[in-house]
Amino acid sequence: MSLLLPDAGLLFWMLLAFGVVFAVLYKYGFPVITSMIDARKKYIDDALKEAKEANERIADIEEQCNGLVEEARQKQMEILREATAAREQIMKEAREKADAETEKIIAEAKREIEQQRTDAMNAVREEAAKVAVAVAEKILRKELAVKDRQQAYIEKLVDEVKDGIKESDSK
Amino acid sequence: MRLLRYIMLMLLLLPCSGAVAASSHDGGEAQAVDVKKIIFDHVKDSYEWHITTVGDTHVTLPLPIILYSSRTGWVVFSSSVFHHADEYNGFRISRSGNYEGKIVELDAYGNERRPVLDLSLTKTVVSVFIISLLLILIVVGTARWYRNRKPSDEAPRGFVGVMEMVIIMVVEGVIKPNVGSTYKKYVPFLLTVFFMIFLTNLMGLLPIFPGGANVTGNISIALALALCTFVAVNVFGNKEYYKEIFWPDVPVWLKLPVPLMPIIELVGVMVKPFALTIRLFANILAGHTALLAFVSIIFVTMAVNKYIGGAMTAVSVFFTIFMNVLELLVAFIQAFVFTMLSSVFIGLSQPEHHKEKH
Repeated sequence: MSLLLPDAGLLFWMLLAFGVVFAVLYKYGFPVITSMIDARKKYIDDALKEAKEANERIADIEEQCNGLVEEARQKQMEILREATAAREQIMKEAREKADAETEKIIAEAKREIEQQRTDAMNAVREEAAKVAVAVAEKILRKELAVKDRQQAYIEKLVDEVKDGIKESDSK
Repeated sequence: MRLLRYIMLMLLLLPCSGAVAASSHDGGEAQAVDVKKIIFDHVKDSYEWHITTVGDTHVTLPLPIILYSSRTGWVVFSSSVFHHADEYNGFRISRSGNYEGKIVELDAYGNERRPVLDLSLTKTVVSVFIISLLLILIVVGTARWYRNRKPSDEAPRGFVGVMEMVIIMVVEGVIKPNVGSTYKKYVPFLLTVFFMIFLTNLMGLLPIFPGGANVTGNISIALALALCTFVAVNVFGNKEYYKEIFWPDVPVWLKLPVPLMPIIELVGVMVKPFALTIRLFANILAGHTALLAFVSIIFVTMAVNKYIGGAMTAVSVFFTIFMNVLELLVAFIQAFVFTMLSSVFIGLSQPEHHKEKH
């Protein structure tokens, strides 16, 4: 039966020992550990939350980056297109200008040639006239060296002038 | 920290050493084996700590006996005096009757009676002291690890990690769900209870000094722990709790003129610590008894026949190892259950307002 009967001395010592253990552990033991565990748990939770936010932010940034890249690409295309257009334009203008210049030069050249041709013709004509007059002079001089012939020629000329007047009168 | 690690290792290895060392418990008296006496000598408290017997020499640790008697006043002496004489200063250890194994003195009529106060440091008390010291070392040692560390540092490994895991398990799995919103206040107490019981149970499974004493299997120890819970429940219970005891929400004729319900509720309050006590004490006592009984098989059968004894030794060792492993489980479960029931009782003493309307 003594197994089932609590013993006062034992009860006293156990309560004392438990009280001391509890007091010591209450002061230096468990609160230190549990508060640290709680703090770490909070830290981990916060870190997880932060990581999640950071991930979201990174996703945002990535999206922005993609947008920027896309935009840049479009801008590049546009610039290229503009450049092509400008090149075409410049080339066209240059060609036109060159054509115009060429035509102008050709025209100038033609005019020059014409001028020179005319000049040359005039010179030839003058020379020819001079030669003709000189020839005529020589012929006339030879013809008119005989007095009869001078007379005949004058008469002939007078006839011709007369015919000329008649012809103009009949008209 | 290294020391703590070794202690933990020792505790884990004990199922292996249990059978071997436990068999050294009861000398070489192969002739007439009184199993009942062996078992009762072990599970009961004693004034000296019998460690082992080598040949005919008993190796015992004498312990101080502290008494207060109306006859002599305060008396302190060593239990070793009883090795040489039956009586010292009128005190002796009773050999039979109600006070068997306890210190008694003779009253005027020659009847045995207990001294007024017996505060002797018995085997159980010394065991409790050793365990208390060990527990303080373990827990404060664990707490020391956290000094100079920030929450952002990495989590502990090794022994501190194990302690942290167990603490988290008890706090998150037992205390928080059972106590409710005010649980923070009770965490140190319930953790102390848990580790005290767990460590004591484990030390009880150690087959040799300083373990091996039947501490939590002693009703006084279990009762003391239950009384602590009783205080925690009833001193810190809130108004609602006391209203439910003395003026519960039942028809008035159940409360007046005969306070039927309050009486029932009060009985419930008083019974709770006994439920805790009996559960713990009976479980551990039964474990120790079963272990010793299995070990005793060897000596009982050896006394009958050497060959049967030889064969039965194998069986006995097998069952002893099995029981030791089982007791390891029980050591944890009983600590766990005691903590859980304490949490439940504390939780019941903290009813939230306007919640328990019927």
